[in-house]
Amino acid sequence: MSDIPDDLRYASTHEWIRINDDGTASVGISDHAQDALGDIVFVELPEPGSSVNAKDEVAVVESVKAASDIYSPVSGEVTAVNEALVDAPETVNSSPYENGWFFKMKVGDETKLQELMDAHAYSNHCDNE
Amino acid sequence: MGQQTSLYQKHLDAGAKIVDFAGWDMPINYGSLIEEHNQVRTAAGVFDVSHMTVVDVGGTDAEKYLRYLLANDVAKLDEVGRALYSAMLNHDGYVLDDLIVYRMSFGYRLVVNCATRAKDLRWMIQNTDGYAVSIQERPRLAILAVHGPESINKVCEVVEEDQANQIRGLKNFRGVELERFFIARTGYTGEKGVEFIFPDSDASELWDKLLAAGVKPIGIGARDTLRLEAGMNLYGHDMDESTSPLAANMEFTIAYEPEDREFIGKPALIAHKQLRDAGKLPELVGLVLESRGVLREGQKLVTDKGGGIITSGSFSPTLKHSIALARIPINSQSCEVDLRGTLTRVRIVNPNFVRFGKKVFE
Repeated sequence: MSDIPDDLRYASTHEWIRINDDGTASVGISDHAQDALGDIVFVELPEPGSSVNAKDEVAVVESVKAASDIYSPVSGEVTAVNEALVDAPETVNSSPYENGWFFKMKVGDETKLQELMDAHAYSNHCDNE
Repeated sequence: MGQQTSLYQKHLDAGAKIVDFAGWDMPINYGSLIEEHNQVRTAAGVFDVSHMTVVDVGGTDAEKYLRYLLANDVAKLDEVGRALYSAMLNHDGYVLDDLIVYRMSFGYRLVVNCATRAKDLRWMIQNTDGYAVSIQERPRLAILAVHGPESINKVCEVVEEDQANQIRGLKNFRGVELERFFIARTGYTGEKGVEFIFPDSDASELWDKLLAAGVKPIGIGARDTLRLEAGMNLYGHDMDESTSPLAANMEFTIAYEPEDREFIGKPALIAHKQLRDAGKLPELVGLVLESRGVLREGQKLVTDKGGGIITSGSFSPTLKHSIALARIPINSQSCEVDLRGTLTRVRIVNPNFVRFGKKVFE
């Protein structure tokens, strides 16, 4: 069974988003997603400072087997990217919810987070795929 | 649910992620493809390849028949146990399958691809007219491949001492029948190692002994990246019934000599050669992408001589960048790949990237 933390919100395309203490939000991909992709070998990150809309392709993750787009779960502005993933993309496999975050963003409208899935709904979503 | 090998439960016990492979439920990996790949390059791993089709050919005309059926010449197999890689061509000189043929005490043993099983058996039987041969599929035989620099030592730890001595004495592409086991120095990884072909009722016992000796289970995911690094073709990807062996880096497997040997596809190959000499037959090359990104099967290529396509591509765990096999116009000097909409320069190299754990191309 894949790990689905209760305190995150999830997109149908398998990104998670977490509101941090400083008011920014971190975005990554779920344990289910990293497991399906297998060993990740390259990550392409967005430009810090760029404005993104919900469902925009903002990053790319390549595993040995497949390439996959990463979509922004909500609209906002990218404030930081996880440069450590450039040299250690396998971190996404080993720590998808902590060290394997992709980028941080200032969320345009936090009420939009409610439109994303909670852990229970996301678990059902994974089961039905 | 697909067909399962006799080791299916052992794969689950080892934590396998199971996928469909040509109708078989096979382990793609047991956690990490890259770790399994590196295990084979640096130590020893075991692959269950019992899904592959074993066909025994016997009868007084077995040699004569196979010299007609196969593009390589089984007359080269001058002693029992020797192995040969060959294409099986149709009359148009295209590749029906690629296979390994062993000379056995009873005749010959062929190991063909499971995805082409029905087609191969039909073709083999269809071409027996006039030959006193028997064709027998052996579905109850298991095949375990043990590969890696430590593979021979590990194998010798788990067999009887006299058997170990015989295995240590085997040269590459040689095999030996030891009671119920046929053991040969063949494989699909570019590392040394052996393949066991034996009754599937014995498979669990050997599997357990190998794992207890520290050999790690390796999935078909790493099998694919290992064979790609070794520049070995995969049927249905790098060649198929629309491909001349001359356009698939397989000419070294065609035995044109002795000239008086007729084999299926030979007249067509002469025509393919003329096409090639006129520059009209593409060739299979290796590609290297040293910058970021991964070459994938089906990606389109642009060379100075025209268009081409990637037939197999992946990240190379050993080289830590992407490599591919690709079919492009012959004698192309430059090549670019369409990587997600961006044309990116790639290097053309010989289709052989890694042998015995080391980079082998310039």
